[in-house]
This record gives sequence, C-alpha cells and structure tokens, in this order.
Amino acid sequence: MTRTHVQCNVNGDEVDFLTDPAESLLNALRDQLGLLGVKEGCGTGDCGACSIMLDDAVTCACLVFAAEAERSTIVTIEGLADADKLHPLQQCFLEGAALQCGVCTPGFLIAAKALLDRNPDPTETEVRYALAGNLCRCTGYDKIIRSVLAAAEEMRNDHGVSL
Amino acid sequence: MRYSAPTTVDEALATLTAEPNARVFAGATDLIPQLRSGRPEPALIVDLKRIDRLRGVTLTDATWTIGAATPTSHLTRNAGFAADFPGLTEAAGLIGSDQIQNRSSLGGNLCNASPAADSVPALIANDARVVVASASGERVVRVDGITIGPGATSLAPGEFIIEFQLDRPAASTSDAYLRMIPRTEMDIAVVGAAARITTDGGLCTGATIVLGAVAPIATRVNDAETALVGSTFTDDALAAVAAAASAACDPIDDKRGTIAYRRQVAGVLARRAVALARMRSTASSNESSQT
Repeated sequence: MTRTHVQCNVNGDEVDFLTDPAESLLNALRDQLGLLGVKEGCGTGDCGACSIMLDDAVTCACLVFAAEAERSTIVTIEGLADADKLHPLQQCFLEGAALQCGVCTPGFLIAAKALLDRNPDPTETEVRYALAGNLCRCTGYDKIIRSVLAAAEEMRNDHGVSL
Repeated sequence: MRYSAPTTVDEALATLTAEPNARVFAGATDLIPQLRSGRPEPALIVDLKRIDRLRGVTLTDATWTIGAATPTSHLTRNAGFAADFPGLTEAAGLIGSDQIQNRSSLGGNLCNASPAADSVPALIANDARVVVASASGERVVRVDGITIGPGATSLAPGEFIIEFQLDRPAASTSDAYLRMIPRTEMDIAVVGAAARITTDGGLCTGATIVLGAVAPIATRVNDAETALVGSTFTDDALAAVAAAASAACDPIDDKRGTIAYRRQVAGVLARRAVALARMRSTASSNESSQT
C-alpha cells in the first residue's frame, strides 16, 4: 500500500499527515488530527454531520479522500470560535436551545456559516434550503432555523457598529 | 488502492494507459458511497480536479465551455450561464445539498450514468456536446451518445470527458427542467422532464423534450416535439405532448413510484416543462427586442 503525504492548513495551522488512499478526509481529521468535532453520521453524504469548509466551500468530509486535501485550506467546528469567544452562531444555538444530542450540531454550524458568509441577510426559506443537507433527528429544525436567523441579525448589527 | 492526481490531460491519459484497473473521479460524491457499499476497489483512483481544462465556466464567442470536473455550484452561481440556460441551471441545482453541489460535476453526473441523473435530460435538450480525451486524440460527442444503460457509458477504458460545450440559445429560445420527488429537497428523481422551446410570436418553431428516470437512459420524446412544432401551444397540442411523453416511458417499479405513476407524472411534467420554457422564450424575445 502506498501512503500519500498530505500538507494542508486546518483551522489556521499548517499540518501534514500520511494517508492511505482509501481514507476519507473525515477519518483523517478525526483519527490523525484529533478533530473529534467532525462527526460521522451516514458516511454517504446524506446527513451533513461531517460538514467542513474545504477551500471556502461547505463539503461533507466523508465524501472526500484525505489525499485530495493536499494544499487545501480547511475549517472545522474547532476553528469557528475566536479563542474563548464563541462564534455568534454557536452562542445563538446555545441560547436558542437549537441542539439536543448534539451530533448534528457541528455540521449545522458550518453549513450555517457557509450560508451567512455569502448571504448575511437570508430569509427563513433561504436558511431552510441552505441547511437541507443537514439532518437532525432531535430538534425538529425550528429552533435551529430561528437560531441561524438570530445569529445573522446579530452579526449584521455588530458589523454595522464596527463600521 | 492507489491515488493519483494528474495535472494535465496527457498525464491523466498516460496514467490510465499504465493502469487499466482505474477509476477516474471528480467530486467522488458517487464513487465513495459506491466503494462504501461494497463495490470492488479499483487498483487506482485518478482525481481529475487538478487538471486546469477540467475546471471552469467560460463563454467564448457564442459557446459556453464547462470543465467536466467543475463543481455544479459554480454553474448555478454564474448569472450569465443561468440566464442562457435556466432549465439546465435548475437541474444542476437539484442535485443534492450545497455540500454535494460544491463537489458534484456535470462530468460525474453524466458518467455515473444513473437513469435519474438530473442534469442529463437538460443537457440533451440543449444539444450539449462533450470533448472526450482518448489516447488516440480528442473527439467531440453529443451528450446523448454517452449513456448507454444504467451505470454504463460509451466511453472506452482509459477515456474521460474533458469539457462540455453548449451553444448559446438562439433568439426566443429557452429551457426548463422539472423534477418530481416525494419531498421538497434531497431526493432522487421519480420523473424528470426537460424542454427547450423556440417561439415566433405565439407559434412554436422548435421543441426538444427529454425525460429522465423513466427508462434505462434519458429519453427524447420525438412524438411530443412533432406535436408541438407548428402549433400555437393549444390545449390539444399540449395534451398530445403529455400523451407522447407517457407513451415514451419504459420505467421501473420501485419504492419511489410505480410504472403507472411514473407514466402519468411524465406526461404532466413534460407539459409543464414545455409551458415554462415557452414562457421564458417569450421573455427572452422581449429582452432582445428591447436591446
């Protein structure tokens, strides 16, 4: 078996690791880099629990071979907060009780961040479509949607103040 | 299994010549689930995404060129492309979630050769062509010449698609793609229907109608086109479109829909896709008359 050497940037840090060609990026992030916030739900791209930002595009880490990550830039849930200060999405999820078991939460937060990065003022419908690739079997989604809308508003207001 | 990421078409061809037991891929959104479900691993997987020619959406003169490995999200977010091909853009935007669309590609959707592939009927309706890379040189093939059955293509071992070519639509011409699934999002087509319509005032002067998910490969409905061209979209003509679409189906029975249901829905969707494409073709003629 030929192992491939991969160098990439994960949450701002330059990292490198050796991967088996069959290894998914999800498993490499979890098992080799210890980033256990990236969850495995279905392993087939249906549930979104393993969502990460890969070169600024929200992606299911289970549908990426780790070898493909060469020279890429990755953001996982571990890279969302600013040191001890939670990202507004994380804070709003907490305050809005947008999680129960929590397995889907990192994926929802990353997918929501991807949405707000390109559309800071989404409608409820736009939020629902943007999160259609993320499954939650606990909450019934409403609290998640409301929390994303609340975070979007907060981020718009903060942005306004800083201007 | 080994992994290779060539950066030129020639390097990829040489890699595939050296290892016949290889699979090429772009987004891997079909390949990885297939491997996980127990399909035998190839000796080599070849990642085509690092080849420049396979990525990008460009308009040169009157032809759009789409790299075969370009993520479909790059298509759906390209306003110029979406204006020329609203139906194909809709089809590409129906393939999975945002997560999937950041990886999935037209080349992958075509070569995976699922009967339910959403982009394929819309590509055929728009007379799309592909440039195929082969050890003996490049050749241009119409998209309807690629899929030959579920999971099977006309590409020889070692060949792959470099890019898609789509001529800009003629005046007063537009397209539409409609899909029936049992839920709002994230499912596989029970029926898909693509139409491209050209109008001259109220008259239909051109029609291409293609169904997906109702036969082993995407199915062009010639009888529906014949019924429509020369008509003024009368109720009779549209009823003939629906009847021809239902008759052209050769569907399977499965948990998503029975044969009878698929036939019925194919007629309804074909008729609605024609109506939508007609409306858009009229709008595009208004725009051109204003400019």
